[in-house]
Amino acid sequence: MPNCQETLKELELFLDSELPNARIEEIMAHLTGCTDCQGAYEFHAELRTIVRTKAKRDHLPEGFTDRLLACFGPESESE
Amino acid sequence: MSAQEQFTTDAMQYAPQLFSTALRMTRSRSDAEDLVQETYIKGWRSFHTFQEGTNLRAWLFRIMTNTYINKYNAQKRKGTEVELDDVEELFLYKRLGSIDQSQLSSSAEDQMLELFTDDEVKSALEELPEDFRIPVLLSDVDGFSYKEISEMLEIPIGTVMSRLHRGRKAMQKMLYEYARERGLIVEPLTVEGTGE
Repeated sequence: MPNCQETLKELELFLDSELPNARIEEIMAHLTGCTDCQGAYEFHAELRTIVRTKAKRDHLPEGFTDRLLACFGPESESE
Repeated sequence: MSAQEQFTTDAMQYAPQLFSTALRMTRSRSDAEDLVQETYIKGWRSFHTFQEGTNLRAWLFRIMTNTYINKYNAQKRKGTEVELDDVEELFLYKRLGSIDQSQLSSSAEDQMLELFTDDEVKSALEELPEDFRIPVLLSDVDGFSYKEISEMLEIPIGTVMSRLHRGRKAMQKMLYEYARERGLIVEPLTVEGTGE
């Protein structure tokens, strides 16, 4: 099982879902038994959620959908 | 529904996501509109090269990223990279994650991150130098994998990883500064380690 140092070092890869399954299980096993690392994990997971949701709340400008739909036409194709 | 109509419908559902990312990339409303429009025009023109069953969303984001890099002369060539100040590991967590409740003007530590406004999060992303901003956007906001980002930006996966790592730390530092400016953190803290 990874120690705290290894777990924190791999936290980013873990949160990015870029670790092999076997390693994910090992990290999860460590997190279950270590409140310090679990705290770090939860903080960063929350931070990801905040960034993902808050950086996405933009409304399409009025009339923009029509402008985009016009891209899918014979004119733009033969432009 | 014809194949073209189906393509239009499928592609249009990604317009809000593309527009949000275009706004963060270009940092300009009118440039973002032009960028998304150009993405769809290019997509439509090369629609015949799109293979059904492959990932349309990733395909459109790839077109948009390439268009942005080419059109806005983004720094793509090697050797022109902007460096970021080195920020310590777990920067924000060390300052906010284990913060003493009395040092916060908010009540619950769990809600600390919720206190950042949409504009602050957007600004923290937009302030990143381009080399870092684009991978962070594609990963943190749009959820693409290292491999997908590596293909979109035509850079090695190792480079994607290091830019994400450094870009995210720089973003945390900016968020921390915003929190301080706004008085979310009452006292400037000198915290070492992850907590007692």
